[in-house]
Amino acid sequence: MTIQSTAQEVTVLELDPFSDEFLNDPYEAHEQMREAGPVFWLERYQLYGVARHDEVSQVLADHETYVSSRGVGISDFAKEKPWRPPSLLLEADPPHHTKARHVVSHIMTPKVLRGLKEGFQERADELVARVAAGKGTVDGVADLAEAFPLEVFPDFIGLPKDGRENLLPYGSMVFNTFGPRNSHFERAMERGAKAQAWIMEQCQPGAPAPDGLGAKIHAAAAEAGYDEVDQAKLLRSFLSAGVDTTVHGIGNALQCLAENPEQFGYLREDPSLARAAFEETVRYSSPVQTFFRTTNKDAELAGIRIPEGSKVLMFLAAANRDPRQWENPASFDIRRKAAGHVGFGFGVHACLGQMLARLEGECFLTALARNVGKLELAGEPVQQLNNTLRGLDSLPLRLTAA
Amino acid sequence: MPKITYILPDGLETVLDAEPGTSVMRTAVSHGVPGIVAECGGNAMCATCHVYVETEAAEGLPAVSDVEDEMLDCTASERCANSRLSCQLHVSEDITVRLPETQV
Repeated sequence: MTIQSTAQEVTVLELDPFSDEFLNDPYEAHEQMREAGPVFWLERYQLYGVARHDEVSQVLADHETYVSSRGVGISDFAKEKPWRPPSLLLEADPPHHTKARHVVSHIMTPKVLRGLKEGFQERADELVARVAAGKGTVDGVADLAEAFPLEVFPDFIGLPKDGRENLLPYGSMVFNTFGPRNSHFERAMERGAKAQAWIMEQCQPGAPAPDGLGAKIHAAAAEAGYDEVDQAKLLRSFLSAGVDTTVHGIGNALQCLAENPEQFGYLREDPSLARAAFEETVRYSSPVQTFFRTTNKDAELAGIRIPEGSKVLMFLAAANRDPRQWENPASFDIRRKAAGHVGFGFGVHACLGQMLARLEGECFLTALARNVGKLELAGEPVQQLNNTLRGLDSLPLRLTAA
Repeated sequence: MPKITYILPDGLETVLDAEPGTSVMRTAVSHGVPGIVAECGGNAMCATCHVYVETEAAEGLPAVSDVEDEMLDCTASERCANSRLSCQLHVSEDITVRLPETQV
């Protein structure tokens, strides 16, 4: 079926990208969406979708037409009040966004991150060696994928040891609420509510340790003229976006390597492939699957007119497996050049933490290559369903120490 | 079509035709020129597409933004007066760039 958008017809799809069935295994539906056309209409939610690499990139690049200030979830902030005060980074447009982004990018430079590497690597080696030395099966999610970022990331920010477990339900809530008000949304709000108070407390100027990144962000924000409320909001962005995403990236990498033993073999032979292996995981099994934009004026994309005030859903993960862009997109290949994927977005809103995520992923997978001789699934991985993220609830593994 | 000349660290030269408006980085990556890592995909966030512009009188080039300036302070090889991030160099005229010894 098609509808007359204006100049061109747009294919109408009935599928629900937030249903359990879709979230469990989205890949066939991704294919259907890519083949439906460069732009399609999702009837159930009354919005446009893009799933090919080219159109997703175009929407990401044109931040003046496809704005973020009206929300990057399904809700249009021009029509509905958001559940929390909008982020100064994620849910903002230039010039406000430019100023806020600069406060952060100025602090989290590649040089600063390079300085973290040695410490991160030591802790990854210690953790992986300890887990690999244990007997029996382990949970790749709780014992490894959650354990590593929950140790290094809050230390880097300057958060106290107590209460760190709140970071996971809070992140899960934020990403679930970009979707419709389904059961995942409601449950995440319930669980996240308890975590929210702790998160807000940690975001207050003066709360994080004085030598951590959190205090540096507060100081730089104050210098740029932001009041205390906005200083807290800038740090909140890190605590929202910096943990679940990396946890899922590492968890998905473990799953991919366990399911593709020859790839783990390549990594074992050459641990310097660790960074490429993490990159390929973000392409092949993207932790952030989708984001929305809103047209702030009448637009045209691939010859299809999209009226002002339309929500446009970008399927980043589908773009990352678009055969128009990649050879053998459905094979996990750590030796391919995965750069150019949109797993971290692209353009002015490209993930600010992407270099930190890469560093964590690289250190973890280097430790895995050095300390683990054999990596095997010891049961069925359990998917954690989230309206935006793709990751695991549990991953039974059998590790043999190297 | 503007021509981009890449001088590799060993002195070898590669000359490519560039689509007007595409970046020196994108052109290199899509043709498999070694030595440009471009990890972040062109967002001026990783400083791994560093080049030295060797064209004399390169007036047609876009100015260095604040963000690019900060990133250039983070390059793995030494920053020189002609250092640029090739993802920020969208070409309309012929240009010659030299690649640094290392990007990471």
